[in-house]
Amino acid sequence: MLEHKLLTERIDRINPLSIDDYLQAGGYEMLKKAIGMERIAIIEEIEKSKLRGRGGAAFPAHIKLMGIAKEEETVRYVVCNADEGEPGNFKDRYLMEHDPHQMIEGMVIAAYATRATKGYIYLRGEYDTAHSILSWTLDEARKHNYLGENILGSGFDFDIEIRSGAGSYVCGEEFALIESIEGKPGRTRVKPPFPTQVGLYGKPTLINNVETFSNFPHILRMGGEAFADIGTDSSSGTKLVSLSGNVANPGVYEVPFGVPIRDVIEKLGGGTADGRKIKMVQLGGASGPIIPEYMLDLTIDFDRFENFDSKTGAGAIIVMDERVDVFDVLKRIGEFFEHESCGKCTPCREGNLQLLKLVERFVERRASEKDLLNIETLSRVMHQTSLCGLGQSAPTAIFSTLQYFRDHYIDVIEHPQS
Amino acid sequence: MLENILKEYPRQEDYLIEVLLEYQKQKADRHIGEDEIRRIAEHLGVTESKVWSVITFYTFFSTRPRGENIIQICKDVPCYLNDGNTVQRTLEQLLGVQVGDTTKNQKFTLEHTSCLGHCDGAPAIRINDKTYTNLSVDKLKAIISEYRGNT
Ligand SMILES: Cc1cc2nc3c(=O)[nH]c(=O)nc-3n(C[C@H](O)[C@H](O)[C@H](O)COP(=O)(O)O)c2cc1C
Ligand code: SF4
Ligand code: FES
Repeated sequence: MLEHKLLTERIDRINPLSIDDYLQAGGYEMLKKAIGMERIAIIEEIEKSKLRGRGGAAFPAHIKLMGIAKEEETVRYVVCNADEGEPGNFKDRYLMEHDPHQMIEGMVIAAYATRATKGYIYLRGEYDTAHSILSWTLDEARKHNYLGENILGSGFDFDIEIRSGAGSYVCGEEFALIESIEGKPGRTRVKPPFPTQVGLYGKPTLINNVETFSNFPHILRMGGEAFADIGTDSSSGTKLVSLSGNVANPGVYEVPFGVPIRDVIEKLGGGTADGRKIKMVQLGGASGPIIPEYMLDLTIDFDRFENFDSKTGAGAIIVMDERVDVFDVLKRIGEFFEHESCGKCTPCREGNLQLLKLVERFVERRASEKDLLNIETLSRVMHQTSLCGLGQSAPTAIFSTLQYFRDHYIDVIEHPQS
Repeated sequence: MLENILKEYPRQEDYLIEVLLEYQKQKADRHIGEDEIRRIAEHLGVTESKVWSVITFYTFFSTRPRGENIIQICKDVPCYLNDGNTVQRTLEQLLGVQVGDTTKNQKFTLEHTSCLGHCDGAPAIRINDKTYTNLSVDKLKAIISEYRGNT
């Protein structure tokens, strides 16, 4: 079996609006278990599981948990990053719309383990349906005392509030997100200190992705070691993949790490819609690399993706068939970053603007060798000197096409539009 | 209307974005004007320039009057791959305005948006707080006539 349904196992079996369905399927049992455990033992179980963050950066989950648990400050926050703005990603929406209690249970477990006092879900403003479902879900959880005061008689108080984004991709970056919850423009801060030290309202803050929190109950249920047996050495567990583009069956698929990208596209996605040849695939979203068809035997694995120096970890696969022009795609990506740059630092603000102009010259087939040189230099400078991940990863698609589709650039230079 | 919304939120500056979202959603011409900015700033105890900075930073907010219905057309790669520019062309033709403009009867404003997170149903658009997916020319026509009839 190619698929491995762990986080998506209940989906389509339960009514997401029914807490009774969730309870009957074993829901909130792991919160009960957690409350009976030593706090440190919960974090140790996560450590054994080798869980890494699912929001893109693949940071080991237990290190952040431990970081906060060790802080002296008693006001602490748990924040769920549900901003999912990276083009091509929709797996967090899928989880929130279809099994919302799973993520809430994960958040409360994390809060209990770190003695957090308050939780927030930062939900992108476009996710209207998820917003209604989550509001309902939080109310239901409160009624059953899985949230609120003295949760299940444990003496532990914790509640969660939803905060909406307002159409800004960069607010998915953790410090921009913090600024946004505080009611400010989403402009990042310089690190360190990290959010686990000085986060929301200046207090220690645990920020994890929707899918990361959704894994916590499963780790407690299976035990960390059994969880670590799923997937590969460097990447344990399963990954939710958002499959889109020129593919017959787009959608969310849950696979164990280590599965070849080709299998996801062909066996789960049914290949291209009309049997056309695949030309290239973008991994992770707009900030991920574009790889040619012959590299599709690459497996889904954080360490493999690290070679691209990008945050491919969110798990999007965007399939493009032979009709698609490399530069048309780069132009869309360029427009996205130019629009979404927060403007705080020059390499990203000015760089994205210039990069877009250069790419447009290639779209119009009016580019010179000098333009190619400028693209290369500018991309490198942006990658190395931008303040946050947005500017650093904006040129990733360019780097990868310069590497794998260089002949397309050369062709434009040698055969300009007259 | 603004006063009613303000009453529902604590007088804390971190509710600024929530207040702006709620107000703009309820207001027929979908924008936040100068007087309202002053009132919101006063109520939450922040400076007017701070409210301005938030409004100008976030794509959702507008300081110019817009149509009753905001139509956002997704322009990112997965939608583009499934559509080219058909959705945009069709809507511009149906409404007789370009992206960025409002129809004369103030019913519709056409805008671009980054990925709506519905790429599995590409191409996608969002109208006010509802997302429509797997669009075709016929489907777009039906959607627009529904909004014309209802409002
Ligand atoms: C520009 C930018 C956008 C991001 N958007 C998201 C997002 O939408 N969702 C998310 O979970 N992480 C996003 N991240 C990563 C977060 O900064 C952070 O690493 C993540 O929320 C940590 O959670 P995790 O450890 O569970 O992955 C983004 C990062 C950058 C630089
Ligand atoms: S890299 Fe871009 S988004 Fe990040 S701080 Fe600089 S200007 Fe803002
Ligand atoms: S690209 Fe249009 S919804 Fe994602």
